[in-house]
Amino acid sequence: MSIITTDELTKRYPGVTALDRLTVSIEPGVVGLVGANGAGKSTLLKILLGLNDATSGQATMLGLDVAAEGPQIRGRVGYMPEHDCLPADVSATEFVVHMARMSGLPSSAARERTADTLRHVGLYEERYRPIGGYSTGMRQRVKLAQALVHDPELVLLDEPTNGLDPAGRDEMLALIRRVHTDFGISVLVTSHLLGELERICDHVVVIDAGVLLRSSSTADFTRATQQLAVEVTAEADAVARTLTEAGLKVGRDANLLLVELAGDATYDVVRDAVAQLGQGLVRLEPRRHRIAEVFEGGARDAAAV
Amino acid sequence: MQPPSDPSSASSSASSSASSSGLSSGPSPTGVIHDIGYRGYDGPRLGRRAVARALFVHSLRGVFGIGRSAKSKVLPVGLSVIMCVPALVLAVVTVIGAGRGLLDDVPLDYSHYAMVLQAALAIFLATQAPQTVSLDLRFNTLPLYVSRPLERPDYVVAKYAAMTLGVFLLLAVPLLIMYVGALFAELPAGDETAEVAAALVGAAIYALVLSGLALLIASLTSRRGFGVAGIITTLVMTYAVATALQGVVGIDNDDAVTAGWLGLISPMTLVDGVQVWALGTDPATPAGPASDATGITFVLVTLAVVVGCLGLLVARYRKVRL
Repeated sequence: MSIITTDELTKRYPGVTALDRLTVSIEPGVVGLVGANGAGKSTLLKILLGLNDATSGQATMLGLDVAAEGPQIRGRVGYMPEHDCLPADVSATEFVVHMARMSGLPSSAARERTADTLRHVGLYEERYRPIGGYSTGMRQRVKLAQALVHDPELVLLDEPTNGLDPAGRDEMLALIRRVHTDFGISVLVTSHLLGELERICDHVVVIDAGVLLRSSSTADFTRATQQLAVEVTAEADAVARTLTEAGLKVGRDANLLLVELAGDATYDVVRDAVAQLGQGLVRLEPRRHRIAEVFEGGARDAAAV
Repeated sequence: MQPPSDPSSASSSASSSASSSGLSSGPSPTGVIHDIGYRGYDGPRLGRRAVARALFVHSLRGVFGIGRSAKSKVLPVGLSVIMCVPALVLAVVTVIGAGRGLLDDVPLDYSHYAMVLQAALAIFLATQAPQTVSLDLRFNTLPLYVSRPLERPDYVVAKYAAMTLGVFLLLAVPLLIMYVGALFAELPAGDETAEVAAALVGAAIYALVLSGLALLIASLTSRRGFGVAGIITTLVMTYAVATALQGVVGIDNDDAVTAGWLGLISPMTLVDGVQVWALGTDPATPAGPASDATGITFVLVTLAVVVGCLGLLVARYRKVRL
C-alpha cells in the first residue's frame, strides 16, 4: 500500500508555481525527495501535513486525505522542519517531553519515550543542558528526536543534513537509515544532494520546479548503468574492438574503456581479451553511475520538452 | 554506517530481533544494562482536547517561570512576591489595628488592590506575555505545534487561558491574604466576604482584559523587547492619559459625568468602571461611570475587548507564516 499519493497536486503562489500537477505514489521504506532549492520539496511536505493548502489536486498520507483528515494524519506522522525550531532556554529533555505531550502522549509515557528517543538519536549527558548551547549536529538530533518521540508510522524530514560537516552528515544519514531498519518507521527525506539519498534510500523521487522528473527505486537508478572501467597499458582501440566483437557494449571516456557489466563473466572476457592482445591491465573496476548523472540527463530531457 | 558516538549502535541491529523476543518474556533483572533496541509505543494517544489542556498547563507554568531557566524565573517570582508583600503588611495592620480598636474596615479596598499595584502588574504582563507567545514565534517553534494534532485556535485558547489564570492568581492571592487578615481581625465576616468576592470577580475581569491585550501585542512581534515596550506603553500611557483627563474634567471643571466616560480610555480604568457599576465597589479613579448607560457601555466595551482580542489572536495565528 502506498503511504503517500498525490494526484495532480498543484500549489501556486502569486507569481510562482511551487508544485505543478504533481502525481506520484510513494511506498513504505526510506524515500528520498530530491530537487534543487526552490524545487517545491518543502511546499510538498507542508501540504501533506496540512500546514498549507493546495491550490488544486489531491493528496493522501497513510490512506487519509490530507485536506479533510489533517488531525488524524498529524497524530501518526512526525515532522522535522528544515529551519531551526528549537527554543534556546530549555533543555532537550524538557523540550522533547513537551513535544511528546503535544502529540498526545500521557505525562509518564512522554518522559519514558523522550529518554529512549534521545538515546537512540545519540544525545546523552548534554540533554539536560539548555539547547541554546548546542552545536548544529546536536540541534539536528533534537529536531529528529521530537519528530520520532511519539513513535509515528511515518516521518517527514526536511533537509536533515543541512549545515552538518561531512562526519555529522554521515552520522545523520546512518541514523535516518536506522529509523526505518531498526525502528520500523517509514521515512520521507528531502535533500538537494543526490549522492546522500542514493546511499540510504530505497526509492528516489526527483522533482524540479514543481514538476516530477522521475520516481523509481534506487536500484533502478543504478542497475541499468553498471559499468566496468578498464584501463590498459596501450592500444585501447584494439582492446575496444576485440570486446565489441565479443558482444559487449564499449564506451570511451578519455583513455578509459567503459564496458557494460553484463554479469560476472564480463570480467573474464575483459581479462582474456587484454591478455590476447599482449597488453597490461592497469585498472579493472566496477563504476557505478551516480543518480546525479541520471538526474542531469532527466533535467536535460525535461528542459528539452 | 553507525554513528560512532552511540555506544549501543554496534550491537543494536544484531540484537534487535533477540531483544524483541526478550521483551515479551517479562521484566529483566535489575542492575544489568541491556541494549533493548528500539521499542515502539502502543499506549494511549490522547485527543485534541487533552493536548490543548497539556499546553495550557505548560504555558501556565511558563507564566511563572516554572520549567524555565533560573534567569527566566527571576521576574515572575519577584513580581509575585512584590504583589503579595503589601497585602501581607495590610493584613498585619488590619489585625493589629482592629485589636486596638483603631480600625473597623480593611485599610485598603480589595477592589482597589490591582489599581494600587498596577506598576507591578504591568511589568508582569509586559514580561510574561512575550514569554508566553513571542518565544514560539522567535524560535520558530510554531510549525512543531501545528504539525501535531493541535489546531491553531486550540493553541491560542490554551495560551490565553494560561495567561489569564496566571494574572488572576497574581491578583487573587494578595486579596485572599488581606481577607484572611480581616477574618483574624474579627471584622464583620459577611461584609468582608461579599467585598472580597466582588474583588475576585473584578480580578478575573482584569485578568481577561489585560491578558488579551498583552498577548495580542506580544503576538505581533517575535522580538521580546518590542513586546515588553508595547505592553508597558499601552497600559501605563493610557492610564496616565485617562486619569489626567479625568482629573481636569471631573475635579477642576466639576463635570463628573464626562469624567466617568473618560474611563473608557485605559484598560485599567475600564475594568474599574465595570467593578463600580456591576459590582458596586467604590471607584479607584477620580470618577466612575455616573449613569447606568455609562455602566452598560463599560461592560459592553469590556466584552468587546475580550472577544476582540481572542478573535484577533485566532486570526493572527491563522495567517502566521510557517
